[in-house]
Amino acid sequence: MVSTHSRWLYGVAALLYAFLYAPIAVVIVFSFNTSRHGLGWQGFTWQWYRALLDNSQALEAAKNTLALAICSTLIATAIGTAAGFGLSRYEIPGRRFFSRLLYLPVFVPDIVMAVSLLLFFSIIRQWLGLFQLGLTTMIFAHVTFQIPFVAIVVRSRLAGLDPALEEAAHDLGANAWQTFWRVTFPLMLPGVMAGGMLAFTLSLDDFVVSFFTSGPGSTTLPILIYASVKRGLTPDIHALSTLIVLVSLLATLTVALLQRRGRA
Amino acid sequence: MLQAFAVQVSAERAAGPSGEQTTAEIPAVELHNVSRKFGPVSAVAGISLSIRRGEFFSLLGPSGCGKTTLLRLVAGLDLPDAGTVSINGLEATHTPAHQRPVNTVFQSYALFPHLNVRENIAFGLRMKRMARKQIEERVGSIMETVRISELAGRRISQLSGGQKQRVALARAIVNEPQVLLLDEPLGALDLKLRKELQVELHALQRRLGITFIYVTHDQEEALAMSDRIGVMHAGRMAQLGAAEEVYERPRTRFAAQFIGACNLLRGTVRHCSERDFMVRTELGEVRVELGQSARPLQLGQSCTLAIRPEKVRVLAFTERREVNSFPVRVSGFVYTGSETQYRLETPGGLLNAWVMNARSGPPVFQIGDRATVQLPWDALVLLDD
Repeated sequence: MVSTHSRWLYGVAALLYAFLYAPIAVVIVFSFNTSRHGLGWQGFTWQWYRALLDNSQALEAAKNTLALAICSTLIATAIGTAAGFGLSRYEIPGRRFFSRLLYLPVFVPDIVMAVSLLLFFSIIRQWLGLFQLGLTTMIFAHVTFQIPFVAIVVRSRLAGLDPALEEAAHDLGANAWQTFWRVTFPLMLPGVMAGGMLAFTLSLDDFVVSFFTSGPGSTTLPILIYASVKRGLTPDIHALSTLIVLVSLLATLTVALLQRRGRA
Repeated sequence: MLQAFAVQVSAERAAGPSGEQTTAEIPAVELHNVSRKFGPVSAVAGISLSIRRGEFFSLLGPSGCGKTTLLRLVAGLDLPDAGTVSINGLEATHTPAHQRPVNTVFQSYALFPHLNVRENIAFGLRMKRMARKQIEERVGSIMETVRISELAGRRISQLSGGQKQRVALARAIVNEPQVLLLDEPLGALDLKLRKELQVELHALQRRLGITFIYVTHDQEEALAMSDRIGVMHAGRMAQLGAAEEVYERPRTRFAAQFIGACNLLRGTVRHCSERDFMVRTELGEVRVELGQSARPLQLGQSCTLAIRPEKVRVLAFTERREVNSFPVRVSGFVYTGSETQYRLETPGGLLNAWVMNARSGPPVFQIGDRATVQLPWDALVLLDD
């Protein structure tokens, strides 16, 4: 009885995973296909990956993507950590309201965020002449949607810590500053790193917000892929996509590892 | 090594700033009318208390009685809404926790998981910016004292409950606090380990001479270890006294029933002399010794008497004593090995009597047997409420 039940469950699970991952698998497979056009398999090749190295547009986009992801992640991790810590450790009036407000970008559709950011930047530009669309505006835009994710991860890490740990530090003669740097911060570090990696992955994969806030010369990989696809799917795009999947996968694995180490 | 440490501590004590004579008289901790409310609930409601130097003082009470809150007020981890806290004769009501000469052993141990055992113990000394060499010496010596030297390099997650307890203790006493606060430190351990550590803790306290304030809900633990016990109930001190005093002469119904088991007899005062007084209860007329600390009694006043089950004598039905003996019927008993605990039916309800099984053989009385109980007049205690 139990075994038929679980076999059935395994079947459903397998179907679900196939549905989720089959498209990605297809892209990865086709990135190694010799055939330039058509859907038939004509043999294994690395040529599309090699072609990427000669593709100056792709390299430029990769550079932009990394610069954007690294800058926005650093800023968002710093702000998000401070927000997560503040909201979980200080009794401030309106704390519930602020924490709800902080999480809003998680629920607001990307497209709405993208349009409102674009509008916001153009208003500022009109008044102050700042925020020419480009890498800087993209960094600001990414930071806005990354902060809540970092704050959520940091906060949940802090919520899992025994409050007596910080009290013990006080009791042993540490002032607030020493307590934070010698006890609280080392203990929340796995959460900070995990939040940062999550933010990094989100920035790396983002298309909608990037597309609306980018300017000339700030094309990122997702934008490049979008533009190329309009001209027709080519195997070098598959290769590029495969590389992005790989980097995202590594980042996600790092997050998982950090969180496991944090729990131990 | 051990001896050396103890000597060093006491030498520092004696050389204190205020000189030998006066330091002995200044209480280690003095609370004056201390209150702490959480919303509408008074966790601590106006407690005044003076704890002597070198004393092993226990705060005993059920969960929610305010004993942990009171401890946190002494530690500085919480601040009172009213009243003052003095440590070592100095007003410390609003002194932050990290500047108080006290250390705490937390119920959850609160060991730092990112530091190993040695680093945990060294934490307090590092905060004091003590020289590295000296820290090493002190940490090494204290680890010997609590017998955890072999654990020095271990991570906290690799320790057993008993080992964590020792590390938490070492981390606190290495700072040579004036007062050590212990919040149910043995609560998470199994019975055998508890008993072992009770003995060790008690010996350690005697050796180091540090004042201990020990929070527990285990009355046996409190009785076994303490010089004095403060029994807490609903944020107030229900009774304060030496261990045997709290047990033998409970003052309130709560103290009588929370510590050990107790039979209560309600009645009215009938007669009063210099040595004793008579109380009419449902059991009959009971004669009670008038204690030294007796309050004036009025005839006709209603009162409650308490007597511990092990002080009730169970005799053969035919045997009658002149004073305080009454006929009963055995309605049940529990044989616990060392003693037999009888439930006796009386006109005034059930009475518990615990009889030591001093001689071998089965219990003397069976269910349904008639017997005589005798309540020794000096074992009866008049309660305040």
